[in-house]
Amino acid sequence: MTVKKKYYFSFIVLGIVLLLSTMLNLGLGSVSIPFNEVMGVLFGGDSSRESWSYIIWNYRVPKALTAILVGSALSLSGLLMQTLFRNPLAGPFVLGISSGASLGAALLIMGTAIWSGWFSYGIINDISLAIASGIGSFLVLLIVVVVATRVKDSMALLIIGLMFGSITAAIVTVLSYFTQAEQLQQYIFWSFGTVGNLNWTQLLILTTSTLVGLFLSVLSLKSLNALLLGEQYARSMGVHIRKARYIIIIATGILAGAVTAFAGPIAFIGLAVPHLTRQIFNTTDHKILVPAVLMYGAILLLLCDTLAQLPMSSYVLPINAITSIIGAPVVIWLLIRKKKMIF
Amino acid sequence: MLKSKGLEVGYRTQRETISVSRNISFELSEGEMGAIVGVNGIGKSTLLRTLARVQQELSGSIEVAGKTIDKYRQKDWATKVSVVLTEPLAAKNLSVQQLVGLGRHPYTNWIGMLSHTDIAKIQEAIELIGLDELKYKKCHELSDGQLQKVLIARALAQDTSVILLDEPTTHLDLYHKVQILKLLQEIAHRKKKTILYTTHEIDLAIQLCDKILIMEKNQNSFGSPEALIKSEHFNRLFPTDTIRFDPETASFKIRK
Repeated sequence: MTVKKKYYFSFIVLGIVLLLSTMLNLGLGSVSIPFNEVMGVLFGGDSSRESWSYIIWNYRVPKALTAILVGSALSLSGLLMQTLFRNPLAGPFVLGISSGASLGAALLIMGTAIWSGWFSYGIINDISLAIASGIGSFLVLLIVVVVATRVKDSMALLIIGLMFGSITAAIVTVLSYFTQAEQLQQYIFWSFGTVGNLNWTQLLILTTSTLVGLFLSVLSLKSLNALLLGEQYARSMGVHIRKARYIIIIATGILAGAVTAFAGPIAFIGLAVPHLTRQIFNTTDHKILVPAVLMYGAILLLLCDTLAQLPMSSYVLPINAITSIIGAPVVIWLLIRKKKMIF
Repeated sequence: MLKSKGLEVGYRTQRETISVSRNISFELSEGEMGAIVGVNGIGKSTLLRTLARVQQELSGSIEVAGKTIDKYRQKDWATKVSVVLTEPLAAKNLSVQQLVGLGRHPYTNWIGMLSHTDIAKIQEAIELIGLDELKYKKCHELSDGQLQKVLIARALAQDTSVILLDEPTTHLDLYHKVQILKLLQEIAHRKKKTILYTTHEIDLAIQLCDKILIMEKNQNSFGSPEALIKSEHFNRLFPTDTIRFDPETASFKIRK
């Protein structure tokens, strides 16, 4: 029973850190607003300047919420994939789902410009971008699923994911060769990833899809634990494998797809956070891991976003770069220190 | 308890049906331990997987507790038959207790919460196999023999009347082989479980099992070890120019 108490303690600590990083994220930005003013505005008070209140409610709060949602959703989808494929290197980025989203976005932004220049300007907006990248990521996920049912070797699956990345990169290169500078820039900005551009409506859609993904994951908690022993064992213990597999994959697709659609590709969070979480919570039980991963992911992305905003300056760094700079060394460190990433 | 009649096992793909072995008939009653022996590639594992309902039979029937196996719903099936497979563990970071606890899967609620009965059953299985000291160890810290015991404990915790094991003694030295098999024998006799396993250690099976199923290309024979020795079934198992069966010592001898 002491084991359980230990987890409670870790959860409380994570909760406090999450609260602190949210406040840090809200308090720091390109415009310097005194911290007590930020808190005052948040708790319904008036600020001494009209613009501060506007910045906080229409910029910083949606941004912080997006960061929380994006971090949680990506981490959860990473955890689901690692268990489903029983491969510590699985994640939405590695398996090519982000590449699929990039391909969708690239085809929309640059492809339409090439083939039908006259009407492209009208149709490229946040909504169509979200749809295109959403479709892209779901298509790649479907291909991965089909391949995964045929290829038992999970190493092969990762290589296929990497190949998708290469194909995407190649197509994007070809497209950018023919495209105008303007569209190229638009695509590059999309590929930077962002948590800052969402309005309240988009935020609502992202929240809904994250909740749906989370709901499906909670339904799968029991099968996820059984899947740790492999599919044959899981089946022998009464798990309806095909059903469980579909639910988990759909959950992954919704989580990773929605995030990439609204926030662009954000690398490494999905891969690294489940491993970082396992460092604190020394368990394989998904009842503990799922909430822990949600909180950890939110914290990490909030901090990455705070960094990306370069506080006190008007520059905003691409968040995709920040997560890679932090995430890639983490994966390398895990591989070297733990020799192999066991899970 | 476990019974098959005219069973044919193999693989069915979209294009063709590959029959691996046919006409398999045997019957194991409660509290009996049986072994499946035969040369490599004869279909021992295929048969075991078919019995475990992991893959479908091509023809014939399998009965568990007097009911053909396709009549069972997935969840009820999991309370009747448990398995120990050769496939390597995917999650090496599970603790012994957690892994054994996964055996309670068919009994827990939708979220997998362990009840007091579950916890008691887990502890019982751990103690019966003698794993109490290793309870909090992670699986990657265990030796092959210990891991095999943990997997058997998991099957025990699943509390089924039939336990099927695929080559439970490979990779183990003679002492650990015997230890595992004696453990299984004890479980079968004392806990009144029906245990069936595939093996290459025919001499050990002869000494420890109640029944043996010999798989050959065209014919499968089933019976008690004594009866099978008497009817000279073991002699035909391997090409006789290299190995012969010595009925006196109930073991195989190399022909000089």
